[in-house]
Order: sequence, then C-alpha cells, then structure tokens
Amino acid sequence: MGARAAPKPIGRGRGVDIGDLLFEWMCRGAGILVLLLLGGIIVTLFIGALPAFREFGLGFLTSTDWNPVEGRENYGGAVAIFGTVASAILAIVFSVPVAFGIAFFLTELAPEWLRRPVGTAIELLAAVPSIIYGMWGLFVVVPFVQMHIQLALGDYLTAIPLLGFLFESRFFAGTSLFTAAIVLAIMILPFIAATMRDVFLQVPPVYKESAYGLGATRWEVVKGVVLPYTRISVVGGIMLGLGRALGETMAVTFVIGNANRMPQSLFDPSTTIASIVAMEFPESLMGSLKQSALFALGFLLFVISFLVLAASRYLLRSRLKA
Amino acid sequence: MNRRTLLLGTGAAFGAGMLNARGAMAQSATITGAGATFPRPVYERWGNAARQPTGIQLNYQSIGSGGGINQITNRTVDFGATDAPRTVEQLREGNLMQFPTVMGSIVLIVNLPGVADRQLRLTPEVIADIFFGRLTRWNDSRITELNRNLRIPGLPISVAYRADASGTTWGFTNYLARVSSAWKDGPGAGTSIQWPAGQGARGNEGVSNAVRNTPGAIGYAENAYAVVNRLVTTQIRNKAGNFVEPVQATFVAAADAADWSVPNMAPDTLDLPGANAWPMTVGTYILLPTNPAADKVEASRNTMKFFDWCFKNGDQIAGQLEYIPLPESVTNVIRRNWASMVKTPSGEAIWTA
Repeated sequence: MGARAAPKPIGRGRGVDIGDLLFEWMCRGAGILVLLLLGGIIVTLFIGALPAFREFGLGFLTSTDWNPVEGRENYGGAVAIFGTVASAILAIVFSVPVAFGIAFFLTELAPEWLRRPVGTAIELLAAVPSIIYGMWGLFVVVPFVQMHIQLALGDYLTAIPLLGFLFESRFFAGTSLFTAAIVLAIMILPFIAATMRDVFLQVPPVYKESAYGLGATRWEVVKGVVLPYTRISVVGGIMLGLGRALGETMAVTFVIGNANRMPQSLFDPSTTIASIVAMEFPESLMGSLKQSALFALGFLLFVISFLVLAASRYLLRSRLKA
Repeated sequence: MNRRTLLLGTGAAFGAGMLNARGAMAQSATITGAGATFPRPVYERWGNAARQPTGIQLNYQSIGSGGGINQITNRTVDFGATDAPRTVEQLREGNLMQFPTVMGSIVLIVNLPGVADRQLRLTPEVIADIFFGRLTRWNDSRITELNRNLRIPGLPISVAYRADASGTTWGFTNYLARVSSAWKDGPGAGTSIQWPAGQGARGNEGVSNAVRNTPGAIGYAENAYAVVNRLVTTQIRNKAGNFVEPVQATFVAAADAADWSVPNMAPDTLDLPGANAWPMTVGTYILLPTNPAADKVEASRNTMKFFDWCFKNGDQIAGQLEYIPLPESVTNVIRRNWASMVKTPSGEAIWTA
C-alpha cells in the first residue's frame, strides 16, 4: 500500500512515456524471441526429419537397424533411443544416493565452516566442460571399469541369480553403457545435489525443531520431516539431472563404445542419440536420407528432453512459486 | 613527454605493421578449401611451404569429407576434399572434376603381449572373420597356423572400429568387401557401416587408444597415425599371395600398380595384384568445379597453381608425414585433365601451363 501511495516518478507526464513504451516492447520482444527460437528449432528439426519419417514411419522408433551403406540405407532409432534412456536412468540410479548424502551432510551434519567450501566444490563440478569429463572418462574410468570391475568382479556379478545376465558380456574394452552411466552420474551429481540442498534448507526450522524436541534422531528428522516436506521438489531436481543426462554428447561419445547394436548387458557397448548425431553428422551429405534420419533422432531427443523437463517443471512448480 | 614519444613510437610501429600486413595480403591470393580430415596435416604443411614461392595462401578446413562435398556443391569454397571418391555420374551432376593429391595406407593395429610390430601374419579371410566376430580367440588354429613362429596368447579378440564416419573406414570396409563376398552382401562398405561386432571409438586416436588399453584388441588406422604413435601393425597376405609389411616400398608398389587413366581419376587401389603391393592403399581427392563463376576463375586457377606446386615440390613433405606421393605420370594426367575440363564461363581453359 505504501508503495502505491508514493509520488509518481519525476519526468513521467500524462499517459505513457515513449521510453516506457519502448522498454516494455523490448522486453516483450526478448520474451517472444525465445519462443520463436524454440519453435524455429523444433520446426527445422521436423522439416529435416520429414523424409526419414516418411520413409520409415513409426518403424523408425522400433527398428534396431542403422545401416548407412549406400544402396541399402535403412535407419532405425531404437538402439540410440534405448541407449539414451538407459544410460540416463542408470546415471540417476548411481547419482541420487550420493547427491542425497551430500545434501544431507551439508544441511544437517557438516560444521558451519565446512558447508561453504563443500557447497562451492559441488558447484564447481558443474562448471567442468563435458569434453574434460570425456577425456577423464576415457583415460581413467574406462580402464578402471575394465580392470577392477569387469575383470575382477565379472564372474561374481554374473553368478547373481536372475540379474546375472545384466553383467554377462563378451566385450572387455571397458567402453560400455555402464561406464557411460558412471561418467554421466558424476556430471549430473552437482545439479541434483544443489537442488536437494536448496530445498532441504527451505524446510521451516520450526518443523525440524519440533521433531528434535520429540526426541527424534537426525536420520528420523530427515526421513520423517525433511523428505516428506520436500519430496516433490527432490523429484523435480532429479528430473532436471535426467534432462541433462539425456542430452549429454561429448563425454558419452568417448566412453559408450558407439555400437549400433542392442546391448545385451551393462558391459556391452551401445550408443546414444546425441552421440550418434555427433559422430555421423559431419560426414552426412546434405539432403541425404542419413542426414534426415539424424534430424529425426535429434527431433526425438528434443521430444524426450521436453517431456522430462516439463515433468520436472510440473513437480517443482510449488517451489518455483515460493 | 617521454611517455608520449613512446606512445607515438608504438603507434607508428603498429601502423607500419598493419600496412605491411595489408601489403602482404594484397600480394597473396587466398584459396579456401574444406573437407577430408585424413589429408589435413599434409595440406597444412604444403600450404605453409607454398605461401612464399606461389603467393597463394591456403585456408583449409578439415570438416570431414561429407561436409567438403556439401560445401563445394554449394560453391561456398573454392575446392572440396574427400576421401571416398565420387563416381563419374556424381561428378557430372555437380559439375565437378576430381583429382587425387596423395595416397595413404590403412594398417591393422593389434595389442598382443609378446607380439612385436610387423610380425603377426593375417590373411584376408581371417581378417574378415575377425571383423565379423566369427573368430573370437587369438589362439584359434586358423591364426596360429599362419604364425607358427610366434607365441600367440589365448586372449579373446576385441574388435575396435571408427565410430565417426571416415575415409579410413571407407577404405577398410571396401577392402573387406573386396576380399569377402559375405562382407560385401552383409555389412557392406561405406564411410560408416553397421558393424557386426566390436566397439566403436572416435577418430584414429580413439581406436588406437581402445587397442592399446585392451589386450587382445585389433583395429584399423591410418599408417601415418600408427607410425607416429608406434603402434603394433601386422603383415597381410596380398592378392599375389605374399605376406607384405606396411612399409613405404609396398605402398608405392600399390600406387604404381593402379590404373590412373579412369575418368574420375579414382582408380581401384585396393587389393591390387602387384607382387609387393600393400592391399589397403587409398587416395584422397580434391573436388574442383568445372564451371567456376566469373568471379571464381582466379581462385580456380590459384587452386590448380597451388597443387601444381605441391606435386612438383611437396613429395618430401608428404613422405615425412607418411603419405605416399603420386607418381609423376599421374600428376601429368591431372594437369592434362585440368586443361581439358575446367573452363571459364566463356569456355576457355583456365589451366594453360
């Protein structure tokens, strides 16, 4: 009320000032530009993808063929789509427990002086360029998975009843779906951890103090008060990480093995949409069916990412409003 | 006062530098090319070496053969470069002519503890079956029979291939298709194919890294890359039935055995019958418009001038980088083709030397 009663700013005459009008329309223009850009990208991808969609129809989604050889071209996206989704979900499975641990530590356990440095370190992880993760993955994670997981534990893992087939692989190069998921997990960790920490901090202290007052332990407070209070925002943060993992290109390309075959186990090489586009685009001829198939994959990735992000916005809406 | 003179002095020096640079720019004409990554090192070195004597500045962007073909088709560059040669029809359609610049060889690289460089002997049939995923262990009798003098460990065979589309893959898969009809009808040949087995890596460095890290791995790479990185290569049995080592002599033998008079200047160089010929030798090609627009005539002439200089003076550079220079008879054919095929809008030959 006080603000409304304040005198009008000096220089503002009767009606609307030309400067105000200009500013309003510039802002509006910037907002509309974003929409136009987004729409333009979708339309471009779709137009580029049309020949492939026309040629293969819905079969593009289910065909595991990817044959770029001239004269017998046949493209299907099933392997890349599966690889994209599987590696992203695996990455989530690996990173969520760690992210939860980080957030729990930073909000409940860590002494005050340690919170800032650890929090900053987590955020710095997000600033590492993805090509660096790729190189590091290729030279450190790949040999590690090869020597210390596949060779050392492979026999034990395959002996697990029911789940053993997941680990039974004829490939010993170390580049696999599993390695890609590990590298991705590290890459998305900061996003999930930062979101979790932020929402944990938003829990009103009075709730937590009441629980402590009732004699609850730290773990009981987090399990019974913090998590239920922030559940939806936590899921939203995970979805944000999932969105990042789906679109990651360079790091995955280095470590996933780039094989256009359906993986039979976690240690088999596979490929993702982003990876296959990065690999094949430079050598695809303009207007060729191959380029169109790559556009189609790009369009599908856009759709998948859009769905995931939309879901995360929907789940996070209460927090974003606050 | 002092400071001002200093400032003026630097300003003058800077201005003079600018003028010099501009003068040099005016003297040297720039030609722009784009395409294959495989010949990039030799084009760059040639470009540096030729700048002084020819006054031509080369701007080459190694964006990949596909990109090179796209750009020259749209005429956004003066010449395109490709590893996989275009057919006569494709060239006619795009009003392009094609000529080779250097040749390179593809070698097999292996990681077998105890087996040294150029020792392991492989036949075309064995190579095809390895890349089919049918031969799965190194101590398979089909491999040990060929190598009775070697102790070959009983490792599983891990196949590594180029995951990015590349001219190297084009050469290697064409060789496989040549020696194995099952490969020809199955995976086929191209800059990237659907591999029946193994794992893909990005670029020569990715493949060699995958091979180096995995005991029992086999892959293919450009010879230049294998030499520089001291990778373990193999012998291969050629069409004449001899086991040949990947060395300059066998590469040159392959270049000499090719029939360079074919209309698209892209002779068959794979699996030639020469007694000493390395079976996987491929050319890399330049695409030049046959009908340059009036304002591009000069650039077209400069492109030919540049490569003419390289053919005359660049053999040593190419050899140092492990490429195979073209025989002189071939470069003479190229010059004849320039004269007869590349015309100004008014129909005159651009290359008159």
